[in-house]
Amino acid sequence: MSGWAGTGHRRYRKAVNYLMLGSMALCALLVVGVLFFILGCLLWNGGSDVNLNFFTKLPAPVGETGGGMANAIVGSIKLLLLASLIGIPLGVVGGIYMAEFAGKLSAFVLQYTADLLNGVPSIVIGIFAYSLIVLRMKHFSAIAGGFALGIMMIPITIRSTEQFLRSVPGSLREAAMALGASKWKTIVSVVVPAAYRGILTAILLSLARVAGETAPLLFTALNNRFWSPGWNQPIASLPVVVYTYALSAYDDWHRQAWAAGLVLLGMVLLTNIIARAILSRGISVPR
Amino acid sequence: MNAALGAAQKTAPDSALAAARAPLAGKEIRLEVRNLNFYYGAKQALFDVSFSVPTKHVTALIGPSGCGKSTLLRTLNRMHETVKVSRLAGQILLDGESILDQDVTRLRRRVGMVFQRPNPFPKSIFDNIAYGLRVNGYKGSIPEAVEKSLHRAALWDEVKDSLHKSAYALSGGQQQRLCIARALAVDPEVLLLDEPCSALDPISTAKIEELLFNLKDMCTLVIVTHNMQQAARSSDLTAFMLEGRLVEFQSTEQLFTTPSDPRTEAYITGRFG
Repeated sequence: MSGWAGTGHRRYRKAVNYLMLGSMALCALLVVGVLFFILGCLLWNGGSDVNLNFFTKLPAPVGETGGGMANAIVGSIKLLLLASLIGIPLGVVGGIYMAEFAGKLSAFVLQYTADLLNGVPSIVIGIFAYSLIVLRMKHFSAIAGGFALGIMMIPITIRSTEQFLRSVPGSLREAAMALGASKWKTIVSVVVPAAYRGILTAILLSLARVAGETAPLLFTALNNRFWSPGWNQPIASLPVVVYTYALSAYDDWHRQAWAAGLVLLGMVLLTNIIARAILSRGISVPR
Repeated sequence: MNAALGAAQKTAPDSALAAARAPLAGKEIRLEVRNLNFYYGAKQALFDVSFSVPTKHVTALIGPSGCGKSTLLRTLNRMHETVKVSRLAGQILLDGESILDQDVTRLRRRVGMVFQRPNPFPKSIFDNIAYGLRVNGYKGSIPEAVEKSLHRAALWDEVKDSLHKSAYALSGGQQQRLCIARALAVDPEVLLLDEPCSALDPISTAKIEELLFNLKDMCTLVIVTHNMQQAARSSDLTAFMLEGRLVEFQSTEQLFTTPSDPRTEAYITGRFG
C-alpha cells in the first residue's frame, strides 16, 4: 500500500477545483452584468429620446413635450473646463512635488491628506464651495460649481501623478543627471515625459469621475432652464437635470432623464476609451 | 595649504601617494583621487583611497562584489550625491582642479557615465543622443553631432535608417552602445563605465570591448568590472580593491602577471571573490 491518496480523493480535488473556478467566473459575470444591465436599462427607457433635438434644443416649457438638453450638455462641459483649470495644475504640480521633492515625512503627510480629501463626501465639498463662493457672491454660479468639481479632482490627479512618476525607473533619472541635466531639467525632460501618458489617463478618468457628480452642484451651480452666458450665473448640468427630471411628475421628463443619463454614461465611456487608446500608443518604458 | 601639501609631497612623498603614482611614470594625469574616505550614513565604504587616472588610457577597477569599486567610480562625477545620506572626505582633482567645488552639471558634462544596465530614455534613437546636447545648450548642428556620436560608438550603420524609432526597439547590446554614444555626444573628457557589459551576451560584450579600445584615443576611460578577463583584455592599468581599500594599482600586465600583494594574487588566481 503506497502512502498516496487514491482515485476517490483525486476526483474530490478536481470537483473542488471546478467548483471554485465556476464560482469565480460567476462573480466576474455578475460584475460585468451590472454594467450591461444599467446600460440596457438606459437604452430601453431613454434610447428613443436621444435624437438631434436632444443635443440642439433647450428644454421645452412645462406641459409641452419635446425639447432637448443642449444647455445642460454645454453646461456640463463648461463646469468640467472650470474644474480642469483648478484640478489639473494643482494635482499634477502637487504630484510632481510629492514624488520628486518631498521628504519622507512631508510625502506621507501629503499622501494622507490627499487620501482624506478623496474620502470627503461630495456633498461636504458642495457645502464648502457654497460657503466660500456662493455666500460671498450672493448667487449661484458656474464658477462655484466648477470650483467644487475642481476640488474633487485634486486628490485623484495628485495621487495618480505621484504614482506614475514613482514608477519611472531611477536609472532614467541617473542617465539624465549624468549628462549634466539639473534635477528640475531631468524631471521636466525625462521623468514627466516618461509618465505623461499615465498622467493624462488619470486626468481623463478623474474628469469622467466628477462629470457624474450631482451633490456638489445642487447648491453651487444650481440649475438653469435656459442658456447660461458667461461664468457668473446658475448653470444646468446633466447630472442635476437627471436629478430634477427624475423627481418630476411628467412621463416625458422621466424619459428625458433616462436619455440624459444615457448621454452622460456615453460621455464617460468615450473618455475611458480615449484614455485607453492614449495609454497603448507611443514609446513606453519596459518594466 | 594645498601648495604646502604639494611641496611636502615632493620632498617626502607619502607612501600611499607614491604607490598610487608608481604605474603612471611619464603619463599625463587627468583625474586624481587623494585620501578619499566615503560613508553611507554610519557605514564607511571607502578607506583612504588614493589613485590617479592617466589621460587617454583605459583604467580598470576590479574586485569582489561590495568592495567599493562602483562607489569609487560614482564619486568621480559626484553621482554619489543622489544618495542623500552619503558623505565624502578627501580630494578629487580633474585636471588639477577639485571637482567638489565645481558646478555639478558642468562636471558631469565633462565626466560622463555609462551604467550597468542599458538605460535609454523612452524617446527615439535620435532624441536619446540629442538629449545631452540640448540640455547643455550645444550651439552647433545637432544632427551632425548625433551622427558623429553614433559613428564613434560603432552604431551608425545599424541604426542610420531608424533614427526616429524607439530606442527600446534595439537589442540590449545596441542599447548599451546607444548609451555610450549618448554619453560621448557631449564630448566628455572622461567616460566612467560601471560594469557596462554585465547585462550583455558575449558577442555584444566583445563589441563593447573593441569600442573601448578605439575610444581611448579621444577620451579617458575608467571601467568597473568584476570580470577579470575583461579588465585584462581591455585596460592599460588596473586597480584591485578589497573591502573599501585600494590594494594594488599597477599596469594591467604587471598586475595580472606579477602582482605584488598576496591578496591580489589570491583574487586573480580565483582563490576567493
